[in-house]
Amino acid sequence: MGDALVHAVDDVTVSVRPKEFVALLGSSGSGKSTLLNLMAGLDRPTLGAIFAHGRNLAEMSSEDLAQHRSRTIGMVFQAFNLLPRMTLEENVELPLRLAEVDRNERAGRVREAVDRVRLSARLTHRPSELSGGEQQRAALARALVNRPTILLADEPTGNLDSATGDAILHLIQEINESLGMTIVMVTHDRDRAARYAHRIITMGDGKLLSDGNKI
Amino acid sequence: MKTRDLSELAARNLREAVLRNSLTTLGIAVGVASLVAMLSLGVGLQELANKRLSKSGLFDAVFVSSKTNQRGMGRQNPPESPASKELAKIPLDDEARQKIASLPNVVEVYPEIRFPSEIQFEGKPYSTTVAGIPASAKAEGAFDGMKGNFFSSQNGDEAILQIEFAKDLSSQPDSLIGKNLVMRYAERQPLPAEPGGNKSAAAAGAKSSDEPKDLSPGFSIVPKEKTFHIIGIVETEPATGIGGFGRGRLLIPLQVAETLRITQANDLRGILRRSGSPRTYDSLTVRVKSPSLVKSVEDAIQHMGYGTFSLLDATKSLRLVFAVFDLFLGIFGSLALAVASLGIVNTLVMAILERRREIGILKALGAADRDIRRLFFAEAGVMGLLGGIFGVTLGWLIGTALTFGTNVYLRKRDLPPIDLSSVPWWMVASAIAFSVVVSLAAGIYPASRAAKLNPVEALRYE
Repeated sequence: MGDALVHAVDDVTVSVRPKEFVALLGSSGSGKSTLLNLMAGLDRPTLGAIFAHGRNLAEMSSEDLAQHRSRTIGMVFQAFNLLPRMTLEENVELPLRLAEVDRNERAGRVREAVDRVRLSARLTHRPSELSGGEQQRAALARALVNRPTILLADEPTGNLDSATGDAILHLIQEINESLGMTIVMVTHDRDRAARYAHRIITMGDGKLLSDGNKI
Repeated sequence: MKTRDLSELAARNLREAVLRNSLTTLGIAVGVASLVAMLSLGVGLQELANKRLSKSGLFDAVFVSSKTNQRGMGRQNPPESPASKELAKIPLDDEARQKIASLPNVVEVYPEIRFPSEIQFEGKPYSTTVAGIPASAKAEGAFDGMKGNFFSSQNGDEAILQIEFAKDLSSQPDSLIGKNLVMRYAERQPLPAEPGGNKSAAAAGAKSSDEPKDLSPGFSIVPKEKTFHIIGIVETEPATGIGGFGRGRLLIPLQVAETLRITQANDLRGILRRSGSPRTYDSLTVRVKSPSLVKSVEDAIQHMGYGTFSLLDATKSLRLVFAVFDLFLGIFGSLALAVASLGIVNTLVMAILERRREIGILKALGAADRDIRRLFFAEAGVMGLLGGIFGVTLGWLIGTALTFGTNVYLRKRDLPPIDLSSVPWWMVASAIAFSVVVSLAAGIYPASRAAKLNPVEALRYE
C-alpha cells in the first residue's frame, strides 16, 4: 500500500468484438475487476492503451472519460450500487440526468428499460423494498437506459442465490442477443461463464492466463 | 448535468440529512442575523440622527446676510476684494427676498423676528421674548409630540408657549391651551415727510441742523397690544435660524409677526437710511428642500451677491463618523458569519465522507468531476441562500425587538418613540448575496475534494 506500485494488470492484451459476450474469469486479486474498471474509464493505466470505438481511453481527459462512461458504457456491480434514498424510477433516470437527455424523453426511456428487465410494477419502490434479484435487475435497467453499446458487469451474481443469479445472467444474455450489446462480465464462477458467455478470458496475478473459446 | 437537474439533486441531498443541514443553515442564519442587526442599528441610528438634524432646521437652512452686514460668517468673500465692493451695494430687501424665494428647491425665505415683550395673562404681567415661527418649522423635531396643535395658518392670532414660560403662567400648563393672552409690543409707525424740510423729529430719531436732505423722515414707536389664542405647548425650543437665533418663549406665526411692524434692533439703523429706499433685512433664513440641496442654493445666493452661511460641513463629518461606525459594526457582524462558514465547510466535508460511495456511483454512471463540484457548490449555495433569508428575517426581528424595548423605555420617561433600527432593501439584498458568496467560498474546498475523488476507491468504500 502507500506509494508502492502494484501491478494489478500487467502485460495483458485483450480484444473484444462488437456484440460479443466475454467472461473475465479469475480468483480474487487476479486483476479482472481492475481490467474491467480500465475498460469502463473509471481508472487509467500507468502504461499501455485501451481502445474503445477507436479512441484511446488512456489519453482521454477526465471530462471525455466521463462522456465515455455516460454514452458508451453501462455498468452493473456485485453490490448493485443503487442510491438507497431514490425510488427505482429515479435510480434508473439518474444516467439520463447526467447525460442531459431531454426531460420529455426521459419517462419513455425509463419505462422501456424497466420493461426490459420486467420490473414495471416496482417503479415507485426504494431499493430497500426490493429483493436482491430485483435490485440487480433495477441496476441492469439503469445500465441500459442510456442505450450504451458496451455493458460491463462486475460479478453481477455475486450477491444472489443461484436461481436468481441464473435469472440475471439469462437477462444479460437476452440483452446481448436482442440489443446486440457487447458484454464483458467479471465472474469467478466458471460453470456459469461457460454457460452464458461466448468467450472466456482467464486471469491470474494480473496476467492473462488464457483467452479462448469455452472449455 | 443541467442546472435544473443539479438543483433537484442538491435539494434532495439537503433534505436527506435534514437535521445536520438545518443546523448548518441555522448557523449561517445566526451569522447573517448578527450582521443585519448590527448594520440595521448603525443605519437606523444614522437615519435617526439625519432626521433629527434635518428637523432641527439647521442643516437644510442657508443663512443669508447682506455683504455690508458681515459678522464673520466665514464664507463670504473678503470685503476688500473688488467683487465684494460691487456686491456690497446690493441691499437685502423685499425684492431680494422674493428673488431668493423663487430659486429652485427653496421652501421658504423668512427674516428672523424676535423681540422682547410684556405679556398680560389673567391680569398679571410677564416679561418674555416672542419669536415669529415660519410655516416650515412644523416639520422640525421641536414640534414633535407637542401638546395641542401647530398654527392652523400663518395669519391666525394663535400662540404656542414654550413649556418653561407656560409653567410661569400656570402651575398646570396643560390648562392654558384654549385660553387667551395679551401681547404688548412696540409698533413702528413711520412719520409723514414734512414738506420743505427735514424735520424728521421722532421718538427714535434726533434732529440736527446739518442732516442731509434725503434722510428718511424717521418713525415713532407706539406701544400696542394684541390678543393671542393659546393653541399649543412645546417642550423644546425650536430654532428658526442658524445657531438658535430665533429662540423665543412665546411663539407666534411669522407672517403675523411681520404684519405687526414690531420695532427691532436694526430699525434704529433703518432711520438713517436714505428716504425712499426700501426696508432692508439684516439677515434672512432660507429653508431648502433637503440638506443635500443646500450647496446649490447657497451657490445661487452667493452668485446674487449676498453672504451665506450653512452647516453643510458639519453634516459631511457626521456622515464620515457614521460610515466608520457602520464599518466596525459590519466587521463585528461578519465575524459570526465567518464562524458560520466554518460550519458549512465541516458539514460538506462530513457529507463527502458519508456520500463517498454515492459520488463513486455518480461517476461510474457518467458524472464528470465538474458535475460533482457543482453539486456540492449548489448545496453550499442553497444553505447560504436559506441561511441568508432566515438571517435577514431574524436580524430584522432583533432590530424590531430592540426598537420595541427602547420605545417602552422611552415611553416610561415620557419621550417620543424612535426607529432604532432600519433594514433598507439594499441591506436585505446585500446580506443575502453576502451569505451566498461566503457559503460558496466555504464550499470551494469540499467541492473540489469531492470532485477529485477516485471513483474506483469510492465504489470500494463501505
